[in-house]
Amino acid sequence: MRISINTREEVFAAVLLIPCLLFVAVFAFYPVLYSVWLSMHRIILSLPALGRKFIGLGNYVELFKDEIALHSLANTFLFVIISTLFEVLFGLVIALVIHRHFRGRGLVRAAVLVPWAIPTVVSSQMWRFIFNDKYGLVNFLFYGSDVTHYRAWLADPFFAFSAIVIADVWKTSSFAALLILAGLQAIPNELYEAARIDGANAWHQFRRITLPLLRPVLLIALIFRTMDAFRVFDLVFVMTQGGPADSTNVLQFYGYKKMFAEGLMGYGSTISVLVFVITFVVALLYIRVIGSGLMQGKV
Amino acid sequence: MKRLFFYTITIIIVFFSLLPFLWFVGTSLKTEVEVTAIPPVVIPAGSLDFYRSGIEKYNLLHFLTNSLIVSGISTLITLFISVFAGYAIARLRLRFKGVIMGALLTVSMFPQISIAGPVWRLLQSLGWLNSYQGLIFPYVTLTLPLGVWIVASFFRELPEELEDAAKVDGCTHFQILYKIILPLAAPGIFTASILVFIYAWNEFFFALLIMTRQAYQTLPVGIALFQGQYTLPWGEIAAASTVATVPLVLLVFFFQKRIVSGLSAGAVKG
Repeated sequence: MRISINTREEVFAAVLLIPCLLFVAVFAFYPVLYSVWLSMHRIILSLPALGRKFIGLGNYVELFKDEIALHSLANTFLFVIISTLFEVLFGLVIALVIHRHFRGRGLVRAAVLVPWAIPTVVSSQMWRFIFNDKYGLVNFLFYGSDVTHYRAWLADPFFAFSAIVIADVWKTSSFAALLILAGLQAIPNELYEAARIDGANAWHQFRRITLPLLRPVLLIALIFRTMDAFRVFDLVFVMTQGGPADSTNVLQFYGYKKMFAEGLMGYGSTISVLVFVITFVVALLYIRVIGSGLMQGKV
Repeated sequence: MKRLFFYTITIIIVFFSLLPFLWFVGTSLKTEVEVTAIPPVVIPAGSLDFYRSGIEKYNLLHFLTNSLIVSGISTLITLFISVFAGYAIARLRLRFKGVIMGALLTVSMFPQISIAGPVWRLLQSLGWLNSYQGLIFPYVTLTLPLGVWIVASFFRELPEELEDAAKVDGCTHFQILYKIILPLAAPGIFTASILVFIYAWNEFFFALLIMTRQAYQTLPVGIALFQGQYTLPWGEIAAASTVATVPLVLLVFFFQKRIVSGLSAGAVKG
């Protein structure tokens, strides 16, 4: 009797899960595996007569000889490292501020969330306008009304890359802040009270209590931001189209161009697989780090 | 002194969070002459010209309608499926629970490009490129991890005694879910809907691939592809951007608490 009730419960649970698993299988897992398969073929959409030719790892060999691909890979890593570091740093500062009790805290929290909520395409156009060569705010702030000195920031490799980093940091620091805020809320108040009785000042409390206990959450924020930064696309598409001279070309944008602008389905899929593998490795690395971090931080 | 320091930082944070966007909203309310003025005009004339020409010349309302349809239906479907899946994961006896949760978490980490080619080919063979369902299906898939995660974490917080009592009264699992759990978890479901809606509303990559015809494009695609005849129509871009963002800003100011709790439930507690 008891077993049959349990079995019925399991069957019911499985039925409830079917729609969810079906979507995920058809539109996520099958495509990832199929990408791997496509990446071993030569498929050129504009030349359907060629059909699909199996070439094994040929595309991968080509990928590591493709200078633009390697350049985009380097750009992607540079972008990920710089932007996530700033995001977690600013996220920590924002979290410390919105964790305190003060009048109007709700409004401040909402204001901080605005950049997070804005569509990335909108914030990209907004920053593109701010960096505009003729009437952008940045030019005015640096050179006033002296138009002769105005620069085309997004046409300069270094400044274009910096502009994309700035736009990303502006938009996503608040997400890091929310994760860190959740970590701050989990730290028991008694620890601070005890420290105060022992005569520890604010800096000591931060160094000895807040920071060590926050380490797991900081790492989680770092993972989430890293993985999200690896798929940067909208900013590049709107602000620079990968230029000038591929200085802002990143993997997801390069893969998109190969696949959908040039119709190289096979070669483009190689880039898809590369991005997937990198993200996967980062995820595994961080899970290991967090596993040990949690042990140390939470005793 | 310490207080002063704290308030200064707070003001700087709020200033940097809001100012760039307010500048863009201001631009949308300027006239053609004001947009290109040097030094820039700080207080716009409050002209609605750019909104008018955005609607008349650039099909702004059309993009808005498409965005509302795609994001609205995606949110409904995702939440409907998430409630079932979330209940099974949070409350029912289930084999491979860890594997299922892991699979969902993995999907939330997928870079879009890693599934783009096959999804595009699949939709093409179904004849679903340039159709609402062609975008809704991928959106449901990509937002399911978020939806299931948040809904399940809210379900877990409900006291189990309620269900035990209902079982004693002879309710089936479906009745328990429908009559007891659902009404109590309504706030959690609402929180998840806000986050799913924002995701779908803002998504650009798949919308760009799948909607190549203007008739079906959503606001982000429209805004990204705005082209003028000679120069970029900045005023109209700013107007369209404001239209795309105002609903989200309202959501944030009204439901700040829910969003904060939902995001941390989705990310940290799991």
